[in-house]
Amino acid sequence: MGRTITLNVNGTSYTREIEPRLLLVHLIREDLSLTGTHIGCDTTSCGACTIHLDGKPVKSCTIFAVQADGKNVETIEGVAANGLHPLQEGFWEKHGLQCGYCTPGMIMTAKAFLEENPNPTDDEIRWGISGNLCRCTGYTKIIEAIQYAAEKLRHAEEKVAS
Amino acid sequence: MSDVRITTPTEISGMGHRMKRKEDPRFIQGAGRYVDDIKLPGMLYLDIVRSPYAHAKILKIDASEALKLPGVLAVITGEDLKKAGNLHWMPTLMSDTQMVLPIEKVVYYAQEVCCVVATSRYIAADAIELVQVDYEPLPPVIDPYEAMKDEVIVRDDKEKKTNHVWHWEAGDKDATNKIFDEAYKVVTEKIYIPRIHVSSIETCGMVADWDKINEHLTIYMTSQAPHAHRTVVSLVSGIPEHKIRVISPDIGGGFGGKVPVYPGYVCTIVASLVTGKPVKWIEDRSENLQADSFARDYHIEAELAADADGNLTGLRVQTLADDGAADAAANPSKFPAGLYSIGTGSYNIKAAHFAVDAVYTNKPPGGVAYRCSFRVTEAVHMIERMTDIMAHELNEDPAAFRLKNFIRPEQFPYHSPTGWEYDSGDYHTALKLAMEMVGYDDLRKEQLEKRARGELMGIGISSFTEVVGAGPSKDFDILGIKMFDSCEVRIHPTGSAIMRIGVQTQGQGHETTFAQIIAEELGLPAKDITVEHGDTDTAPYGLGTYASRSTPTAGAAAAMAARKIRAKAKKIAAHLLEVGEEDLEWDVNKFVVKGSPDKFKTIKDIAFAAYTNHPQGMEAGLEAVNYYDPPNLTFPFGSYIAVVDIDKGTGAVTVRRFVAVDDCGNIINPMIVEGQIQGGLTMGLAPALFEEIVYDENGQNLSGTFMDYLLPTAVETPIWELGKTITPSPHHPIGAKGVGESPTVGAPPAIANAVVDALWHLGVRNVDIPMTPQKIWKILRDHGVADEG
Repeated sequence: MGRTITLNVNGTSYTREIEPRLLLVHLIREDLSLTGTHIGCDTTSCGACTIHLDGKPVKSCTIFAVQADGKNVETIEGVAANGLHPLQEGFWEKHGLQCGYCTPGMIMTAKAFLEENPNPTDDEIRWGISGNLCRCTGYTKIIEAIQYAAEKLRHAEEKVAS
Repeated sequence: MSDVRITTPTEISGMGHRMKRKEDPRFIQGAGRYVDDIKLPGMLYLDIVRSPYAHAKILKIDASEALKLPGVLAVITGEDLKKAGNLHWMPTLMSDTQMVLPIEKVVYYAQEVCCVVATSRYIAADAIELVQVDYEPLPPVIDPYEAMKDEVIVRDDKEKKTNHVWHWEAGDKDATNKIFDEAYKVVTEKIYIPRIHVSSIETCGMVADWDKINEHLTIYMTSQAPHAHRTVVSLVSGIPEHKIRVISPDIGGGFGGKVPVYPGYVCTIVASLVTGKPVKWIEDRSENLQADSFARDYHIEAELAADADGNLTGLRVQTLADDGAADAAANPSKFPAGLYSIGTGSYNIKAAHFAVDAVYTNKPPGGVAYRCSFRVTEAVHMIERMTDIMAHELNEDPAAFRLKNFIRPEQFPYHSPTGWEYDSGDYHTALKLAMEMVGYDDLRKEQLEKRARGELMGIGISSFTEVVGAGPSKDFDILGIKMFDSCEVRIHPTGSAIMRIGVQTQGQGHETTFAQIIAEELGLPAKDITVEHGDTDTAPYGLGTYASRSTPTAGAAAAMAARKIRAKAKKIAAHLLEVGEEDLEWDVNKFVVKGSPDKFKTIKDIAFAAYTNHPQGMEAGLEAVNYYDPPNLTFPFGSYIAVVDIDKGTGAVTVRRFVAVDDCGNIINPMIVEGQIQGGLTMGLAPALFEEIVYDENGQNLSGTFMDYLLPTAVETPIWELGKTITPSPHHPIGAKGVGESPTVGAPPAIANAVVDALWHLGVRNVDIPMTPQKIWKILRDHGVADEG
């Protein structure tokens, strides 16, 4: 019945024997107790469960844990080594969250989006986060939060370059 | 007045400061603690078998195969609950009854039929597939007008074999009829406000933990009202209230959906009692959309009268409320139709009469709010649509027509024809500001030019009056419990503090704003004040957070508790400074001797003295509690203007501009108020254009996932242009009114009025929400203007 998988989550390697049908989100939340990744809809619509799988944003409620075998997973708990990631800072600074339930997924999506598009327009951000639902904020301040982080990340890039 | 008043420096951050939220560090780092994050040793999981029929007799429930599955501990049926002390029925918050688990028949699709308890959520999910239930389908009644005929009886458990639940009236019928008899102009319209669902991103859930040895029940619950829920659990289960602790941890959005008690909660408690283990139940999204309380579902017939000068004179409203299978709304007891009679709105109308009848149908029970104070949204939608229809019929500009008919500033406190006393308002200033911000006159010119070219553009106004902050104990209770709210404040010797409140945040930012209220009143830095809530063992009793009541009730309690502390602090300061109390005056964070600005004691000095050097004969310590019974409700208001373009090829409505001028009285934290308004506007856009819970003729829910029930994403959400006026509430200790729901109440009619405004010249008088592309395209086609290429 069981399958043994090994995956790296936020820099730590884990080996687990699991049922093949176990969803990745349940492995993350229940076996690894990383409860920052949330479940909101079960149908890949809301994005609260967004994590990175080998650097790409993935909705972890609709992928099996076995599909992550041998791969790198990053969750909200792993985005900042020290202090806060510029996105976390931006969400706090710009009031980009209210109940906080969609926030980790929103930040993970935004992180991947900014890696692809470091200098986005507001409209590009709207499309970039259109797979993530927020019921509290009306998105305006989330967009401001992502712009805040984009600017800060660009600034850090420039510093490195010079 | 539109400037936010600030009296404290940033390091104190009292009212008016854009203080960053104190709760955010845990949320942005994935360390929030929601119900599904709670894991207790030995915890079991509950899953629910649900009905595939809207109306059917239950012939047999066979759980034998499910019980054979390794890991399944129990299957609980209605019969089991009956044996356990008639727990198969429970009271609703409206003193109706609702099945927890049925014995004879099911009355709505996705109704809870029985539940399975297992060692993992996967095994529980497997087991519910193995439970065999034999049904005999019965004809369902889905349409409330059909239900009124009593041909199919939904609730045959009741003595009276009728679907009619209640009849309620407000206002003066005879006076209103007389006004209509004498009216120069009467407009009538049927308006349907469909069933919608709050759909907080976190669904509902519970962990129940029965400790057999100590006979103590701990409940972690997605609850907007933990104290009220503790009382209900005690009354229903017979467990003494001191042996029940309800903890409402971080809540992933509420909007009214986490006020009722759902059968799943009761099943989870029973499962823990039966097994002696902690049991977790977490709804999935389909269960949440299909079985939890809905909002709205009002079928309205309204008539509005005007005199020859275009002054509104009378309003007559009849409404059929579809309650589903039980009246499980969360209204105050005396108000079965909530605060619907606020429906004369912002207008100086002489007489009004409302009549509402409620009926049972074979749909899930409910009638909760959707980010709205007890049916105010329905009332506002009706009056704003009717006012617009009247303005158009009289060939008057809708803005000028509103300005002519508004209640004037000097009429406040204003006594409405249905008995409300509006505390304060200045509707003219709000609308004029919105018109200026949007560039109203230019838009009207643009509309004429576009219409000449055959393009469809509309401008819609909504000048709403809200009624929130329930409420004064003489009129407001839920299940007999008066709707006061509470706050307890303790100042520590070193000058930091803890406060506990009877309301429960679901994202509103209470951990920040309530600290700011105390900071304003006592001059202690808001960052040094811990705000606790949601634990019935520690927080003072309160009725919880919904209906925009936190600031009007518990916010007032916080200010009053702080003032009690300040009164005691003054005595201590007088003692320390060796002067009389009458010689002292308060200045931001200290008592100063009048005329001697260098002689003072700060609140920190006083707090230390309260524990180290308090006057003999005085109790030591510095703390207070207040249970605030508001003298009146508060009446926030605003004027919204929407500009829409309609695509003649697809029928899609695009909200090109949306200006929102809100007045919520004095502002505690402008950043949080903006967030509340932007979020509320998006939840107003949602039912205007996208959301509806749809049933087929068999009562099957066709909107059971987020692929069928469309929440707006960032792409559909327009740029919200915000403006404000500030008209303090005269009776609230800090002049605040509450804001969370105004935008959800005010936005839908602005958008609906804009769409009808774009189509009026074609002969369209009303379009019911949601104004989907299909619906609009059909209207365009019927009027011969759709692009069918």
